[in-house]
Amino acid sequence: MSAGNIRVEHASTSSTIGTTIVAVAVVALAAAPWWADRASLRLLSEIYAYIALASLWNLLAGYVGLVSVGQQVYVGLGAYLLFGLAVLTGMHPLAAIPVAALATAIVAVPVAALIFRLRGHYFAIGTWVVAEVFRLLASQVSALGGGSGTSLPSSVVLSIAATRQLREFTIYWIALVQVVVILAAIVWLLRSRYGLALTAIRDSELGARSNGVDVARIKYAVYVAVAFGTAMVGALIFLQKIRISPDTAFSVNEWTAFVIFITVIGGIGRIEGPIIGTVIFFLLRQTLADLGAIYLLILGVVAIGVMLKAPKGLWGLIADRFGWQVFPLRRRLVMDDR
Amino acid sequence: MPDRLLEVRALDAHYGDFQALFGATMGVNEGEVVAVIGANGAGKSTLLKSIAGAMRSRRDAIRFAGEPIGDCPAHEVVARGIALVPEGRRLFPSLTVEENLMIGGQLGRPGPWNLRRVYELFPVLAERRHQIAPSLSGGQQQMVAIARALMSNPKLLLCDEISLGLAPIVIRDIYARIPAIVAEGLSLVIVEQDIVQALKTAKHVYCLQEGRVALEGEAGSLTREKISAAYFGV
Amino acid sequence: MEWLNTILQGVLLGGLYAMFAAGLSLIFGVMRLVNIAHGDLIVLAAYVALVTVQALGVNPLVSLIIVVPVMALIGYVMQRGLLNRTLGDDLLPPLLVTFGLSVIIQNGLLEIFSADSVKLNAGTVEIASLPVGGGLAVGVLPLIQFALAVAVIAGLQWLFYRTALGRAFRATSDDQSVAQLMGLNNAHVFGLAMALSLAIVAIAGVLLAVRSNFDPAIGPARLIFGFEAVIIGGLGSMWGTLAGGIILGVAQAIGAKIDPGWNLLAGHIAFLLVLAIRPQGLFPKVQG
Repeated sequence: MSAGNIRVEHASTSSTIGTTIVAVAVVALAAAPWWADRASLRLLSEIYAYIALASLWNLLAGYVGLVSVGQQVYVGLGAYLLFGLAVLTGMHPLAAIPVAALATAIVAVPVAALIFRLRGHYFAIGTWVVAEVFRLLASQVSALGGGSGTSLPSSVVLSIAATRQLREFTIYWIALVQVVVILAAIVWLLRSRYGLALTAIRDSELGARSNGVDVARIKYAVYVAVAFGTAMVGALIFLQKIRISPDTAFSVNEWTAFVIFITVIGGIGRIEGPIIGTVIFFLLRQTLADLGAIYLLILGVVAIGVMLKAPKGLWGLIADRFGWQVFPLRRRLVMDDR
Repeated sequence: MPDRLLEVRALDAHYGDFQALFGATMGVNEGEVVAVIGANGAGKSTLLKSIAGAMRSRRDAIRFAGEPIGDCPAHEVVARGIALVPEGRRLFPSLTVEENLMIGGQLGRPGPWNLRRVYELFPVLAERRHQIAPSLSGGQQQMVAIARALMSNPKLLLCDEISLGLAPIVIRDIYARIPAIVAEGLSLVIVEQDIVQALKTAKHVYCLQEGRVALEGEAGSLTREKISAAYFGV
Repeated sequence: MEWLNTILQGVLLGGLYAMFAAGLSLIFGVMRLVNIAHGDLIVLAAYVALVTVQALGVNPLVSLIIVVPVMALIGYVMQRGLLNRTLGDDLLPPLLVTFGLSVIIQNGLLEIFSADSVKLNAGTVEIASLPVGGGLAVGVLPLIQFALAVAVIAGLQWLFYRTALGRAFRATSDDQSVAQLMGLNNAHVFGLAMALSLAIVAIAGVLLAVRSNFDPAIGPARLIFGFEAVIIGGLGSMWGTLAGGIILGVAQAIGAKIDPGWNLLAGHIAFLLVLAIRPQGLFPKVQG
């Protein structure tokens, strides 16, 4: 019996269907400015932002095992650097988005060097301390309004596009592009051999290391890359809000608590999880938001319940039951007989 | 026929998908020393762990003093009078010798064993009572492990490979104390790789092979050939 | 002289921080769990004290008689009912569940008590001060706080090294499965550890309530102070935690002296410096 060709197959029936559905949806959503109203466009932008943030958090926690409760620092840094560049240096706000993200990634390098000295739970709280430090620093920057924050001058806002409608469309499309690029990057990463290394690290760090995987370098690289992505999303979020303040930019509730709940409820360690989780989160929000503090309380109870009863989240339950995957990420060895 | 002190009937054990014991059946009479021998991976430690409650089993797969204990958690099994000397000693590394012993005795079961008696049995431990456990030699640590188990005043003592990693003279020294332990009314199950020692110490022998009882009998009546056959499965 | 006074205030404040830290550090030592809801539980204790004071009309310091057992009971039930299920090799469940608890407690308190800040009145002891020579005076209340912190830490040391319960804690921390094989019921031992931690949290909460204004949202900051005190002092050492708390308190006091807006930042910077230069902490105990 001859061996013939051996190759790795990623796709499955469900992933072919899933990817097709996603592709169709993206096309439909790109055309949203023509069929959706203003409020819906804003809602969709918010959904894209949360899918992106949750996917990035998921990459960090679910694949590399770095559980951060301080990612709000990169949302805030991306936002503040955007405002700083646009207001203080006169850079065009759209160009400032990637620049702010890059600058944030550079800040993330020494931050990582410092907090990687902590492990596990202590690492998590360390990330929170870092977020607090930057929040306090931001409130010391009087050029950007100090503790009470500031708004984008109308000249900056107008430079995005000539009409308000075009501005909103532009921001909407950028938000869509951001989430598509981030998801595509994550899928690409996980399909590559780095992705194999990440899955190995997730399953057993010691095992991965003894098989030659440079765990430390990979953790570093992923952490900084996630910081870049998070900052990019944060910059756009606040460009849309037009107003920034230390407490909103570095808010634990909005950029960490919600993100964590989304990922837990949707399913950690699977790329589909954050997408499902975001949908559920926004459904809950539509129905429960009037309840204020009770709404957050319910979120907390649901997250704990899911963590205890269904630790793989909703998608985990479905995927395990039916063997589905939406994106082609599975690895199957296929031998072609010649 | 009345129940023996320990009755194990058709015991299965699994580690995830891997089955380690297949319908193992054995028993211990009161006051008896029973040896369980077998190659590595035969299931000897698994058997002891199941009896000790570290692994949950079918409720009446294991009966002790007439009561089914198969699904009892470990701390309850100890309360009923079974103590384990774990494989590899497993002393508490940040506790002193005496503190390790006191943990053994913290249940407060009445009986002949206390710190004084245990120090009489193993005088070298009395000298080192305030040293932390890892600073002792292998043989001394083994003594601490046995003494710690005795402190709970068990009716049945399970010894998992107490000769592992020890020099022959140390092994003989430790085994020399067994009669004193039995004299106090304890029953013993010893799991041993050292077949000679096992046959010298025990009355009844079980040989496990790949999770099954391949041979059992009185220590004196088993021939070399029979044991080899059961041990290696040839 | 001004500076000496500042440092003195910082030291006394450090006692409170050490108390925040002691409960955290105890739990981590026994069951490798970091309770993210720790700070919110301190605030919960403060509100329990509030309710007790309003219902019974006693001095807040007297309310400790009720608050401590109540919090200890909450701790035992919380551990056995919820947190024991999250313990294991995976780091995510306990972290996420305690994070969820933090959100639940904060918002629950917000619903019941509103976001208004309140403060408990301990009477004349709040303004009393003791002259300590050289023209310096220390407030009696901060002094009581510090003394309580030292007493709590000394008490914990005694408990851990001289009692059967402490032995059980240390054995379970060393080797959970063998502890079970020696007759210790881990579920119960962990419950007792959490009960003890929350008893300390109760004392910290009452002191917090008397010292300054509090509201449902200040929990996370207390967690961070406790955590920083533990890291600065070094893991595994109770007295190190006291030292860590003192250093944090002094750093914050010095920061406040330089510029009122800088007190928190100064504390964080002290923490980050220790992390950068001596990550194992200043007085770590090498654990077996």
